[in-house]
Amino acid sequence: MENLLNIFVKSIFVDNMIFAYFLGMCSYLAVSKTVKTSVGLGIAVIFVLGITVPVDYLINNYLLRKGALSWLGADFAGVDLSFLSFIMFIAVIASMVQLVEMVIEKFSPTLYSSLGIFLPLIAVNCAILGGSLFMQERDYGSIAEATVFGLGSGIGWFLAIVAIAAIREKIKYSNVPKPLRGLGITFIITGLMGIAFMSFMGIKL
Amino acid sequence: MSTEKTEREPMFSAKIKKLLIGPLNKDNPITVQVLGICSALAVTVKLEPAVVMSISVIAVTAIANLLISLLRNTIPPRIRIIVQLVVIASLVILVDQILKAYVYDVSKQLSVFVGLIITNCIIMGRLEAFAMANKPWPAFVDGIGNGLGYGVILIIVAFFRELLGSGTIWGLHVMPKAFYELGYVNNGLMILPPMALIVVGIIIWVQRSKNPDLQEEN
Repeated sequence: MENLLNIFVKSIFVDNMIFAYFLGMCSYLAVSKTVKTSVGLGIAVIFVLGITVPVDYLINNYLLRKGALSWLGADFAGVDLSFLSFIMFIAVIASMVQLVEMVIEKFSPTLYSSLGIFLPLIAVNCAILGGSLFMQERDYGSIAEATVFGLGSGIGWFLAIVAIAAIREKIKYSNVPKPLRGLGITFIITGLMGIAFMSFMGIKL
Repeated sequence: MSTEKTEREPMFSAKIKKLLIGPLNKDNPITVQVLGICSALAVTVKLEPAVVMSISVIAVTAIANLLISLLRNTIPPRIRIIVQLVVIASLVILVDQILKAYVYDVSKQLSVFVGLIITNCIIMGRLEAFAMANKPWPAFVDGIGNGLGYGVILIIVAFFRELLGSGTIWGLHVMPKAFYELGYVNNGLMILPPMALIVVGIIIWVQRSKNPDLQEEN
């Protein structure tokens, strides 16, 4: 239990997808103009990460890893399919995203139209694939750990995008140098927030 | 006369040239279209991985654009994302294996970021916005152009971070010894990830003060 809590807090603050690894920056920059749309996208990301990471965990451990196929019999014990992991992970992610897209289109057309092209782009949100690849690299011990890691990274991403959206809503009223308005100042603010988040480094529960 | 023209466009017409040159400045994928930032920032501590990364991205965008443009009339729109991703993912697996075979050290440094080329928004964004609606040759050139635009920013950022952060370029020391004797210290802050964002912010600042039509309202 403590172990799970540790992974959870770590994936939200210490290994924050945006401030520590810059994953998912494209949609982070493009959809963070208002708090409302950013909340919608953030929730979609939590949802997709929370599902794809455990599914990819199962695929990695029972299909791809060296020796993962041993449940088929001794003949398969030496098979190593890990070079296929990119394509398997991305296939899972793309189908999940298409599912989420259909669900949102059905239940909330306003959110659907305000997310626009960035909903299909969740499929190429680096945070999602990054979550699965980090899961593979860090070699989590059980599916519970993988799920908690997925949810935690999603929540970290959600926090980051909502925070920057709130700042951007306020920054409209300040006198930013003209060429820096919009994208430029967002980059610099994100950099400063990243430096602030570095103070979480090394925290252990 | 006019029918002849539409039938056969010259290989390097003005339009094609625009596709190639545009992304370097006015349509730059990173600073203007805001695509592909994820990987751009993490690999720019040193120049060498940045260059390897740029070359890989140019290859993948160009070939993926070409393939999707060839397939564009046969892909059902509902599952287009999956088809595009499968094409990209197979290309990236190839790139990954080639990097592992020929430049193993760099491929180690790039770690998960080679895999993340799959989700580099430039590739997906260009496929959606351009390759799905255009003929193979312009799509191919568009891919090369956007890959180059991405590479240019990556190399500029990596150049400054490596020069100011460790005093080297391509692993060679360029900061004169005399500077260090006068009390010059390498700026360790430049090596930390958040500085990449700030450097890109400054590049945007410079670019937009030169091109006022790119400036945003707020």
